[in-house]
Amino acid sequence: MEDYNFAYLDEQTKRMIRRALMKAVAIPGYQVPFASREMPMPYGWGTGGVQVTAACLTPEDQLKVIDQGADDTTNAVSIRKFFQRTAGVAVTEATAEATVIQTRHRIPETPLTEGQILVYQVPIPEPLRFLEPREVETRRMHALEDYGLMHVKLYEDIAKHGEIATSYAYPVKVEGRYVMDPSPIPKFDNPKLGGNAALQLFGAGREQRIYALPPYTQVVSLDFEDHPFVASKADHPCALCGATDSYLDEVIVDDEGGRMFVCSDTDYCTGRQQAWTEDAA
Amino acid sequence: MTPLLQVKSLTKRYGPRIGCADVSFDLYPGEVMGIVGESGSGKSTLLGCLAGHMSPDEGQVIFDTATGPRDTLRMTEPERRMLSRTDWAYVHQNPRDGLRMGVSAGGNVGERLMAVGNRHYGRIRETATDWLGRVEIAADRIDDRPSAFSGGMQQRLQIARNLVTGPRLVFMDEPTGGLDVSVQARLLDLLRGLVREMGLSAIIVTHDLAVVRLLADRLMVMKSGHVIEAGLTDQVLDDPQHGYTQLLVSSVLQV
Repeated sequence: MEDYNFAYLDEQTKRMIRRALMKAVAIPGYQVPFASREMPMPYGWGTGGVQVTAACLTPEDQLKVIDQGADDTTNAVSIRKFFQRTAGVAVTEATAEATVIQTRHRIPETPLTEGQILVYQVPIPEPLRFLEPREVETRRMHALEDYGLMHVKLYEDIAKHGEIATSYAYPVKVEGRYVMDPSPIPKFDNPKLGGNAALQLFGAGREQRIYALPPYTQVVSLDFEDHPFVASKADHPCALCGATDSYLDEVIVDDEGGRMFVCSDTDYCTGRQQAWTEDAA
Repeated sequence: MTPLLQVKSLTKRYGPRIGCADVSFDLYPGEVMGIVGESGSGKSTLLGCLAGHMSPDEGQVIFDTATGPRDTLRMTEPERRMLSRTDWAYVHQNPRDGLRMGVSAGGNVGERLMAVGNRHYGRIRETATDWLGRVEIAADRIDDRPSAFSGGMQQRLQIARNLVTGPRLVFMDEPTGGLDVSVQARLLDLLRGLVREMGLSAIIVTHDLAVVRLLADRLMVMKSGHVIEAGLTDQVLDDPQHGYTQLLVSSVLQV
């Protein structure tokens, strides 16, 4: 532990990130620029999320890291190891026990509680990016609340596919003001963004932006009156735990077209399977 | 009657050079004004200043808004943007500047509707279809991208996209430039119909005298940033007073 300052970053950097976080919490949904540092991992592996987590961690924290809902995938394992080595904090896989959860592309199924912090890894923080390539222009659009273009994207979806086909990174409006990219979470998770008891922080390392949703923030998914927002998921129960209310991954099991649908949240799925076996015993 | 637009001694300088100097005029509802002049005479600068794309150095541009006459140059940026997507329209010379080339024709027409708060897909699409019809684009092209359209169709689509919110004042910068003569004629016919039917006021910048003869009620001739002659279109074209206007009128090729 003497080899590193606590949680890898030096104290001045953490101070800078915390300042950005304070501003982000004060203006929900607004993208705060920050001086993102080089991290010992490539961009796209969660450098933004790691910096936010490092700035939030205290030695008493219990850290959980998930990647697409799972605790045991490469990204999750390597980031968890990183903080074990550089901060020496306790780690856990149980959502309810964790105080800080760093996530890539999912919100845990178990409802979060007050005092928990959920840190998202964000690849592209700008929801208007693929509609308007100029940063100067998108910033002006946010400043002037000029969001007609966002609905043009949804219009195009319906015109092409007959329904809103955007299934992840589904744009939301925060507190009736800023349009925000919720990072590439499935739109199934969008309803959990609003009114959540936990503090939600978003870090984009390459794009050098931080934004936040304070607890119990109003978050509305954009839609049309005659094509309302639907939080969709695969129409199956989980093949392992039988859950019908969780987001599912499709897993190819052989080369003859066989496949199964399982919970993407591994902690939720294991918890349900354990409860089952205990009931049976 | 209150003028729709009052321009008072508008001046725009580019460093020591002048873009346009001391331009003043009134535009009344339903009136179409042409601005002609050679390249570099300041007509596009003037139009840019009027439409809020450039900020002039001096002068006033007073528009008769729903809440009474206001100087648009003193408005806040959100107010001006709101104005430019409701009461105003701007038709670019090159449709590529005014259209979103990656978005379908329906989306292009619907954008202004959605920008002012329309959130009903069915109604937006209905209005878009209606407008495509009015600019003579077949309804089955609604989901095609403008890049699949011919130049004339693109220009007509741009016009539909601009007029869909029922603006009161349209700025046009060489709307027929770059189109061949027969397409030009159809477009002019269409524009003339729409202007009359909707009671639009318009300011048309062009160097094509035939266009102003057909569309404009009044005419301003510019040279080196100054207005050198102004009056009723027919009067200016048939009896030009200024030497430059005489040159301009006599330079038109006769077939």
